[in-house]
Amino acid sequence: MLSGQTGRDDLVIRGARVVDPVERIDELLDVRVDAGTITQLAPQVDANGHRIVDAAGLVLAPAFVDPHVHLRTPGREDEETIASGTAAAAAGGYCAILAMPNTDPVVDTAEVLEALRARAATEAVVPVGFLAAITKDQAGAELTEMGALADAGAAGFTDDGRPVVAAGVMRRALQYNAVTGRTLAVHCEEPTLTRGGHAHAGAVAAELGLAGWPSLGESLMVARDLDLAADTGQHVHLMHLSARDSVEHLERAHARGVSASGEVTPHHLCLTDEAVRSLDPNVKMNPPLRADDDRAALIDALRDGTIIAIATDHAPHAPEEKDVPFEAAPFGVTGLETSFAALYSQLVIPGVLRLETLLERLSAGPARIFGLERPRIAVGAPANLALLDLEARWRVKSTTFKSRSPNSWLLGKRLHGKVRLTVAAGRVVHEA
Amino acid sequence: MTDLRVVGEGPVPPPRERRHLLSIADLDRDDVERLLATARSFAVSQARETKKLPTLRGRLVVNVFYESSTRTSSSFEVAAKRLSADTLTVKAAGSSVDKGESLRDTAQTLAAYDPDVIVIRHPEAGAARFVARATDAHVVNAGDGKHQHPTQALLDLYTMREAFGRLDGLRVAIVGDVLHSRVARSLVQALRLVGAEAILVGPPTLLVPELGPSTWEIDAIADADVVYVLRMQRERMLEGANFVPSLREYAARWGITPERLRPGQRVMHPGPMNRGVEIDARVADSDASLVVDQVRSGLVVRMAVLYDLLTAGPVPVEAAVEVA
Repeated sequence: MLSGQTGRDDLVIRGARVVDPVERIDELLDVRVDAGTITQLAPQVDANGHRIVDAAGLVLAPAFVDPHVHLRTPGREDEETIASGTAAAAAGGYCAILAMPNTDPVVDTAEVLEALRARAATEAVVPVGFLAAITKDQAGAELTEMGALADAGAAGFTDDGRPVVAAGVMRRALQYNAVTGRTLAVHCEEPTLTRGGHAHAGAVAAELGLAGWPSLGESLMVARDLDLAADTGQHVHLMHLSARDSVEHLERAHARGVSASGEVTPHHLCLTDEAVRSLDPNVKMNPPLRADDDRAALIDALRDGTIIAIATDHAPHAPEEKDVPFEAAPFGVTGLETSFAALYSQLVIPGVLRLETLLERLSAGPARIFGLERPRIAVGAPANLALLDLEARWRVKSTTFKSRSPNSWLLGKRLHGKVRLTVAAGRVVHEA
Repeated sequence: MTDLRVVGEGPVPPPRERRHLLSIADLDRDDVERLLATARSFAVSQARETKKLPTLRGRLVVNVFYESSTRTSSSFEVAAKRLSADTLTVKAAGSSVDKGESLRDTAQTLAAYDPDVIVIRHPEAGAARFVARATDAHVVNAGDGKHQHPTQALLDLYTMREAFGRLDGLRVAIVGDVLHSRVARSLVQALRLVGAEAILVGPPTLLVPELGPSTWEIDAIADADVVYVLRMQRERMLEGANFVPSLREYAARWGITPERLRPGQRVMHPGPMNRGVEIDARVADSDASLVVDQVRSGLVVRMAVLYDLLTAGPVPVEAAVEVA
């Protein structure tokens, strides 16, 4: 399902604190990689002429998996390309990302998908999976040839950017998706409640005179899709959850045995709609930043495993599109290059989230939802590694991004934690 | 700086950071009192035969209007002229905005003339702040989306004080389409700042309870000293919006008629009025109406705002550099 190069690098990473929460490892170890595969994991390994990376004082973790990235290719290569987006992913510690199909043209035929996969095979810095659309042109009416798309290597299905408005279409999609064995992911939004909305319908939007995008606009659709998942017996993955009510619906669905999963973004975990007071277009996204109580619910859900995946919803936009008044700006912010540092700075350091939980939700969790091989630090596993410097402090600057677009909600902010080295599919893809 | 004499008592200089007037939320009570006092001294000057003051001679005030406006744009233009400033008014229709020029490019183009003040009206919230960041001029927000219209709120306070002799404890009922009203948002904040009370009255679909005490019952205006009527925009009734079923139903339930007013109550409206919809013609033309006073207040308040930004207080660092 993933397209990209695999490598056969030789490497010894010496003296890191190796943390793999799933493998239950947290100790000072050397890791030896031969021809792209982890071959040894011990307090002291023989370098055997390999390149040695001195990792004393650093944390070595399974590299991250981002289940929600907009590569803007085809159609808006000025905003992002496969090469630039995957380079950004490498810089953020990712060894695999999943790209959304809301491009121009939409990824709704095997031909478009195959062309993308062929380009990624040579251009991608880290392996990419491409999700295909649920409905033709993401218009919400006719199903795509999901079987053929799965055969052509679709990594899943979604109409992301838009909801599947008609319940009947969504039900058919879930039923039919049984033949693909892929994950069906949904953007939950009830358009008659959110039309024209620019920010969370709360006190801040009321004061600023911004049309509201209410929590109910999401949670009503979450409830519907969970009921449809229950009805069809099929799994549904809920993308970029933002509201407490959505989380509670997911919790109840889990309790009654419905197969469902959820993801949450770094910006919804770190910010609330108070940030919108700045009217900075780089805090405008869909779904919008919500209230303190929603943020608390998302953090709780991430901690207790109701939500097992962090997704950046990396959404590049050209500078001239965001350099406008708030209401004129498009939705979306970038995230690949800042996700770990943002969450480490704003959740782990203040003691809200354990480092192990963060690492798991950035890697094993999303891999499991989409049926990808879990990045792990174990002998025999392909090397997918992120070397993290928890002491490093840095300032987020638009000039240092690998991404073609600078629309980060963190511009100018100081963060703790830097990705020093990323190994993806046995290849060193990033060093800093 | 001898021009200071003209305004009489000598206003208190504003704090250094008051470079712009973007939102009532940026002001404190002292700012409001100073602006109202300055406006009052200008009102005295406007009673003289020669109305023009030399205060802002050589200054350039640029008005940029991205939305249609009669009273606000003319009021700013006359205010600047009465203070001897040069003025330039740009309307979006017929300008390069029609050709798709971005707000930043338009702002930078106008900034090339080194205007002292840019007055901007724009359909999007935050546009005035955007221009403030994009240029070195002092920026006055003449309405940004549904967000703020601070000079309207100031002129409303001025009008109320002239009519009642006080603001503290004054009770104001704001009636109508609160949801889409930048006037309501600014006025609620301004009233709170000076110790007056506001109650919001209108159809439940057009109220914003987050802004303050709200009710759909029109009887709630009975306790008010001032009934402040908001403009009811016809597009709110369009299919797909459905905020109220019809103008007729709106007028019947929330229209301000002579029967709904009690003696002593005064009526205000930011204009333009829809007679027969939100306000009965008999009310609009009655002695209770302060609508014409509002327009007159608008002139002196905007003179005060321009004066305050350009002459009072410590010279902003940027300006000092330019002078040197």
